[in-house]
Amino acid sequence: MDLYKKTASEIKELVLKKEIKSVEVTEDLFKRIDEVEPKIKAYLTLNKESALAQAKKIDEKIARNEKTGQLAGIPIALKDNLCTEGIKTTCASKILNNFIPPYDASVVKRIKEEDGIIIGKTNLDEFAMGSSTENSAFGPSRNPWDPARVPGGSSGGSAAAIAADLAFLALGSDTGGSIRQPAALSGIVGLKPTYGRVSRYGLVAYASSLDQIGPMTKDVRDAALFLNVLAGQDPADSTSVPLETPDHLEKISRGVKGLKIGVPKEFFVAGLDKEVKESIDQGLKVYEKLGAEISQISLPHTEHGIATYYLIAPSEASSNLARYDGIHYGHQTKSSKGLIDMYSQSRSEGFGDEVKRRIMLGTFSLSSGYYDAYYLRALKVRQLIKQDFDEAFKKVDVIMGPTSPIPAFKFGEKAANPLQMYLCDVFTVTTNLAGLPGISIPCGFTKSSLPIGLQILGRPFDETTLLQTAYAFEQKTEFHKTKPRI
Amino acid sequence: MGYEIIIGLEVHVQLKTKSKMFCGCLTGFGARQNTQVCPVCLGLPGVLPVINKQSFEYALKAALALNCQIADFTKFDRKHYYYPDLPKNYQISQYDIPFSHDGYLDIKVDGKTKRVGITRVHLEEDAGKLIHPEEKESQYSLVDLNRTGMPLMEIVSEPDMNSPEEAHAYLTSLKEIMRYLGVSDCDMEKGTLRCDANLSLRPKGKKELGVKSEIKNLNSFKFVSKALAYEAKRQAELLEKGERIIQETRLWDEAKEVTRSMRSKEGAHDYRYFPEPDLEPIRIDEKWLADIRKTMPELPEARRSRLITQYGISNYEANVLTQEKIIIDYTEQALLKAKEQNVTLASVTNLTLGPVFKIINKQKIEFSEFTRKVPPENLVSLANELDKKTIVSTMSGVVLDEMFTSGKTARNIIKEKGLEQVSDKNALEPIIEEVIKNNQKIVADYKGGKKSAIMALVGQVMRASQGKANPQKVKELLTKHLG
Repeated sequence: MDLYKKTASEIKELVLKKEIKSVEVTEDLFKRIDEVEPKIKAYLTLNKESALAQAKKIDEKIARNEKTGQLAGIPIALKDNLCTEGIKTTCASKILNNFIPPYDASVVKRIKEEDGIIIGKTNLDEFAMGSSTENSAFGPSRNPWDPARVPGGSSGGSAAAIAADLAFLALGSDTGGSIRQPAALSGIVGLKPTYGRVSRYGLVAYASSLDQIGPMTKDVRDAALFLNVLAGQDPADSTSVPLETPDHLEKISRGVKGLKIGVPKEFFVAGLDKEVKESIDQGLKVYEKLGAEISQISLPHTEHGIATYYLIAPSEASSNLARYDGIHYGHQTKSSKGLIDMYSQSRSEGFGDEVKRRIMLGTFSLSSGYYDAYYLRALKVRQLIKQDFDEAFKKVDVIMGPTSPIPAFKFGEKAANPLQMYLCDVFTVTTNLAGLPGISIPCGFTKSSLPIGLQILGRPFDETTLLQTAYAFEQKTEFHKTKPRI
Repeated sequence: MGYEIIIGLEVHVQLKTKSKMFCGCLTGFGARQNTQVCPVCLGLPGVLPVINKQSFEYALKAALALNCQIADFTKFDRKHYYYPDLPKNYQISQYDIPFSHDGYLDIKVDGKTKRVGITRVHLEEDAGKLIHPEEKESQYSLVDLNRTGMPLMEIVSEPDMNSPEEAHAYLTSLKEIMRYLGVSDCDMEKGTLRCDANLSLRPKGKKELGVKSEIKNLNSFKFVSKALAYEAKRQAELLEKGERIIQETRLWDEAKEVTRSMRSKEGAHDYRYFPEPDLEPIRIDEKWLADIRKTMPELPEARRSRLITQYGISNYEANVLTQEKIIIDYTEQALLKAKEQNVTLASVTNLTLGPVFKIINKQKIEFSEFTRKVPPENLVSLANELDKKTIVSTMSGVVLDEMFTSGKTARNIIKEKGLEQVSDKNALEPIIEEVIKNNQKIVADYKGGKKSAIMALVGQVMRASQGKANPQKVKELLTKHLG
């Protein structure tokens, strides 16, 4: 039946019309997973039995003509840094190898309340630190467009799952580009909402002031559908914002006539791949034809984005990851001499290299004598970056540019040089530092058939415009419908 | 050479909120280990803190009572250190912008008032407890996280105290205020008040402070005084010998009554403070403060002065009655009623200070239990009976005991038990004659000129009348008989 190829919105419609059963959809999907997953390795944990049981319950609900939730019958994958009651949550780290949370993340609760079906937990770079899933303690995921290449990261498992039709919806988390970059590299839609739009409760923290959960989907409509469920204040997260959540689907086809698009000159610099640049230029032409007004803008502090991000994020990470000490849960060393040794052995054995690198960076920058020069200064630059955007949004409605300077790279190509890897985040980190919403949508392919992503950034809490803008492009193009041959 | 003692105190007060500071867990004392916990206070992956507004308002109340400046903007910070009783390995605390600072507390020592500066008051979460097994060679310790995340207020004083007595008075006054406010029980035994003391000496007349030691493990106010006295003596002896004081943390050993060196403070710990990103900063506006001020009770010192002028009670009585808010609340209600009913105020205060306290101490009960059984109006009616001399004043204890156990009024008890004072000559005469007959030796003493011997006879008559005889009348009749 090949149901797995459909979008979440299509599946929902068929299920509600009783044309197909959610159980059939779920079974079909797991058949697809059985065939394809060994080549992709998108998942760390599959949840087949309870997914099927949940699908059956929803079918019964529909059969009884009961009211159903907004995600009725849709199989959904979760990044494995979102806590799920009774299902292992590892963060792709040995230190949480056997950790089973006793509670659901707020977004997981919402998915369940809206009758979504949780089918499994996807791979990531350990604790969401990385851009390729190569930092996963359990091996990398593969790019469905070319298994020799990375799917991007850190939400690479979720991106690969959507690209390879191994899930209808997926959740990712984005601290410096971890939703948008893998979305671009895997040819799917990835939305990072405004900081505070979606509750972080139950998202295993990497960098608390930057982390945000968001949808990774096959098309823009699905992203809007999913965001409607995810968004909204949560009393368990003091940083979630008390704003009404608009219906993002309602006005999605409003169009872009008269929309002011700003293109930052700082996003078109040396290091930007030629084919990526061409695709973005083509994409901007599509918008021009649709009646949008395009102008060049400047975000002068963009060049300091990476340095600022790699001080603030590791500083917060060094604190957030202090709790993994092997005392209360998680990996505990088998051989230790005394308490201090137990801490250091457990952590040495449990964490991977990149996580250790960032903990050390962060510990250093928060240390007395260095705090002012590093952490405090980074906070000041963060303000300047935010002001850049504030200024820009006085002139334009959205900002556009490439999501990633390069398409998917080969395994090992960047892993040897952490700095090279960090530079992949150059166009995404500033969004997190400013707390803004951003989306990556497919906008073309390289000659060797690797997907390219167009990044659109919006004003705080204006995901509506972002989705309308992305949707207009999608209606005019076929990139999102092109599927990889696996 | 003479030295001046310089003492500063760091007091931790656990706030008496129903739930913990950043989660909904209960805060009751004595629950089974690790039962008052949830993912948030266990510091599990993914959890976030949400501030308990009550804890913040309690802390504001306390800071206002300590005459502190309240910051209009404050925030929380993370303080990092590794210890198994701290599951996140950081404590949410306040670093560079505490919610209040620069206050003072007036204390009284030997009748003199002294002002002790308060450097700052801040709010933080408590850690859990480690339980070490009793076997000496054991290879493990147990962790109880019930206390983790309880709201804790740190009150740091200026080094303004110059004797162990002043430190004691400071703690007593602090505790009294916190209890008046109802924000903490300040019970050192239960750990709801903890105190670390800093002490140094400086040669009299000099300006710069000497090297201080920090004393921990002070589990009662008495130990605070003892430890400080010991430490002052220890430092003075070292200085006299020409030795140097090293800055260190010392533990009070209550068995040996000495302080022992615990660790040198020279390699100061780097706590890597940084602003807590999971909590929004807090703005404190005038309206909020005004609302809190409205809920604040009259504080002990002000109340004492007012009681003395309003009811004409003595300094001593005011001090004793105001030690606990519930006692003076009760007494003052009774005093107001007494005023209305023209009952002598002294009769009321005498009852509280005498028989009421006796019942509390003897029965080992909370004062609240007493007030439930004997409401203030009942106490006033007993005072009224005393005023009217319906009963002998020494019988008030007997009547009050009965009022407490049965809940009956004074009037009914006096009637039922026939406790009325007997002044009737005809009723008293036979008893007096009997007593005279049986105590010829005392009678002889009296007649021989020892006039005070008559009181022994009065006592005998009182006993024989089961305490009901009017002692004035008895004395009068006896004098007549023996005259």
